[in-house]
Amino acid sequence: MRVHDLTIDGVAVSAPEGTTVLDAARKKGIYIPHLCDRPDLKPVGVCRMCTVEVEGKGLVISCKTPVRDGMVVRTESEGVSKVRQVALELLIADHDSDCLTCAKDTNCSLQRVARHVGVDSPRLARIRRERDRRPLDTSNPFFDFDPNRCILCGICVRTCDELQNINAIDYTFRGTKTLIAGFGNRPRIETNCESCGECVVRCPVGALVPKDSRQPSKLVRTICSFCGCGCGMLLGVRDGEIVSAAGDFKNPASRGRLCVKGRYGYRYVNSPERLTTPLVKRDGEFIPVGWDEALDLVAEKFSESMGDSFATIASAKCTNEENYVVQKFTRVVMGTNNIDHCARL
Amino acid sequence: MAGLATTLGSGAMTNSIEELGDAATILALGTNTTAAHPIVALRVKDAVVKGAKLIVANPKEIDLCRFADQFIQHKAGTDVALLMGMMRVIVDEGLHDQEFIAERTEDFELLRASLKGFDLETAERLTGVPREKIAEAARTYATNKPASIIYCMGITQHIHGTNNVMAVSNLALLTGSIGKPYTGVNPLRGQNNVQGACDMGALPNVYPGYRPVVDPGVRDAFETAWDCSLSPTPGLTHTEIFDLVGEGRITALYVIGENPILSEANAGKVKKDIEKAGFMVVQDLFMSETAQLADVVLPGASFAEKDGTFTNTERRIQRVRQAIDPVGDAKPDWWITAEIAKRLNAKGFDFTGPEEIMAEIAEVVPAYGGVTYARLEQVGLQWPCPSEDHPGTPILHVERFGTPTGKGRFMPLEHVPSAESPNEEYPLLLTTDRSLYHFHGTMTRRVYGLNILEGEELVKINPEDAVTYGIENGDVIRVASRRGEVEAKVLVTDTCPPGTVSMSFHFAEVPTNVLTCSELDPVAKTPATKVCAVRVESL
Repeated sequence: MRVHDLTIDGVAVSAPEGTTVLDAARKKGIYIPHLCDRPDLKPVGVCRMCTVEVEGKGLVISCKTPVRDGMVVRTESEGVSKVRQVALELLIADHDSDCLTCAKDTNCSLQRVARHVGVDSPRLARIRRERDRRPLDTSNPFFDFDPNRCILCGICVRTCDELQNINAIDYTFRGTKTLIAGFGNRPRIETNCESCGECVVRCPVGALVPKDSRQPSKLVRTICSFCGCGCGMLLGVRDGEIVSAAGDFKNPASRGRLCVKGRYGYRYVNSPERLTTPLVKRDGEFIPVGWDEALDLVAEKFSESMGDSFATIASAKCTNEENYVVQKFTRVVMGTNNIDHCARL
Repeated sequence: MAGLATTLGSGAMTNSIEELGDAATILALGTNTTAAHPIVALRVKDAVVKGAKLIVANPKEIDLCRFADQFIQHKAGTDVALLMGMMRVIVDEGLHDQEFIAERTEDFELLRASLKGFDLETAERLTGVPREKIAEAARTYATNKPASIIYCMGITQHIHGTNNVMAVSNLALLTGSIGKPYTGVNPLRGQNNVQGACDMGALPNVYPGYRPVVDPGVRDAFETAWDCSLSPTPGLTHTEIFDLVGEGRITALYVIGENPILSEANAGKVKKDIEKAGFMVVQDLFMSETAQLADVVLPGASFAEKDGTFTNTERRIQRVRQAIDPVGDAKPDWWITAEIAKRLNAKGFDFTGPEEIMAEIAEVVPAYGGVTYARLEQVGLQWPCPSEDHPGTPILHVERFGTPTGKGRFMPLEHVPSAESPNEEYPLLLTTDRSLYHFHGTMTRRVYGLNILEGEELVKINPEDAVTYGIENGDVIRVASRRGEVEAKVLVTDTCPPGTVSMSFHFAEVPTNVLTCSELDPVAKTPATKVCAVRVESL
């Protein structure tokens, strides 16, 4: 493949044909502010934050400009600053300013870009408009959408289209009324949204946030417990409880993706209906007992049904190690091959 | 899985999930992939975006049809006729891979002879699919390579499920679309660790690693490894076990993490059988419908509360890691079983933890021979992985098949009608399906949000049938089969063809499996839950 040699801020950069200037800079560790770009989505160039100056061409948006041999790129100039600042201040003027109550505080692309570009406070105060707060869409049981925090970058729309092929949401209305919503501005629960949460993961600001947005104190890499895809996930743990699940991008089976069950279905683990103690039925009632009492009873009763009068139904939900131990138990201790599980169901 | 073991020598996905994204043709048979395997479905969609041809064959119009070039809506239970019809076209038009057939397969002449009975006219009559569509699918699959087949329970849960699977492997062998990248015969396994539970020998006829219990040499080896004497008699399958419990011949039952009262076919009978059990232990996360009938209920730890491994549908052994302490006094299942064993004075159950158990597995299961927790730390390993320096096997059968001769075996097949056909009393065909929002139900029904997204059973029925039976959208109706009846709300939809209704089985309030048929496939002993005859009545 053809490789192009160019310079970005005086640094020599080589990149293969088809690479964008933004990607080439990112790979070289040069920061160009951006809001609507995501490496796993096609660039659309709507936020204008990644504007750069190319010698001989003037101002271009780097996310849509392919590298060319001999290109001389400057990521900062008077013109660049002016474009970025105007675009940014117009965005912020329409954006909620109560960062401390936002779930994305300190993890927000708009904050990072604002810090980099710089905001002129008096001018921002002048252009900030009083306007009606727009209603939240809280219809989905797992996440909320707050249009007052939305920057219309369209990442959620493109995620739903390009990555999930669902197309549950799109831009609706025009001008200052523009809104990301379901067809006919219906709430998300009434669309064909499958609640996979991939848009929530990718939202660069606090517009799409999980209903349970508690931050975990540690992450544990593991595998989802539902279907046979074997998706890798990072369980977020806080105070002995699972508070989040995120896709594991290192997992070759799932490459970071999860479905609605994987991302939100872990909640059965902390269900108040979980069994928490061994139970023995006496006179038709379950009585809580200690492990020793329960296991002694089980061993005694099992010893009365050795051989083919015993059977085990093992579980395809359990681990390999557990299935190995229980088939060994059935064969070696109980003396029968009567063991099966739900492989056929 | 018995079908593929016979024809290919291994009953597992031959290729990897990731490869689907680069296939040129994908034939999706009896799999509602977007609902049952959503992340596999993403790879299928990737392939379509890159220009692959997707052929969906399913009695119902599923979501995946939105992406399909060809949709074949054949009558439920006519998969063999469809696939043999396709093969007849391929052979008649000379599109089969003669070099591959000569070098890598055996019994082609037997297949060719049995294709005589599947001319397009017959295939059309049996499947209800226009002959041009069958021929078009055959040509696409045979010529637009690499071609991959994915399938699921829609193929296996039939009285002739093993034949269906063999038909699938015939098709792949015929065109040489196996043992190469982006091809293969790919059964999508349902549960998170159903592949691993099979690998580990939680099956009545094989020890760990699929070695038959009836083989004296194999038995000797396990008797030595486990220092014991073993029963030479194959055990009973699921459905048979409950029959014998009902007859009083099995007096003690140990049920782990399963709710047969909801999940078994002909569930009404299973419940009656279980009520007769002399002594039943249920080890579960929840007080399931089955646990309520138990004598002792033991609280197991969930996947987030223990270490171990799961083996996914592409044979990838992956690490499960403990994130939180078990709730209350719950314990990991391996610990509970080992404690019972020790109380029965058994040797060989003094495991300190899952890593030590995996070390023993690696000793007795050759395909897991090179598996250690240290090696699984990063991305897991696809079996067979026979030694510590083996990188694992993303694609099976690259050089030889796992059969005794090393060749892929063609199987002559006939069309066998389903166990139940609609008649005057039960004029409709019921097929079961799954929802994206639930798994079997014991776990997902306890997640509040998932119940908001889908909180009740819906009987899906074609508008024509709705008119015939005077049913409207949202009505509560009774669905009855020869075995039982349930009441549920109706969704009138043309995703079901006329004459077919469809229900899931996630909801304890509507135990669909009291309707289904527990007639077994004679080889795999899989119940025929995908087809049974029912009638519907408005209330």
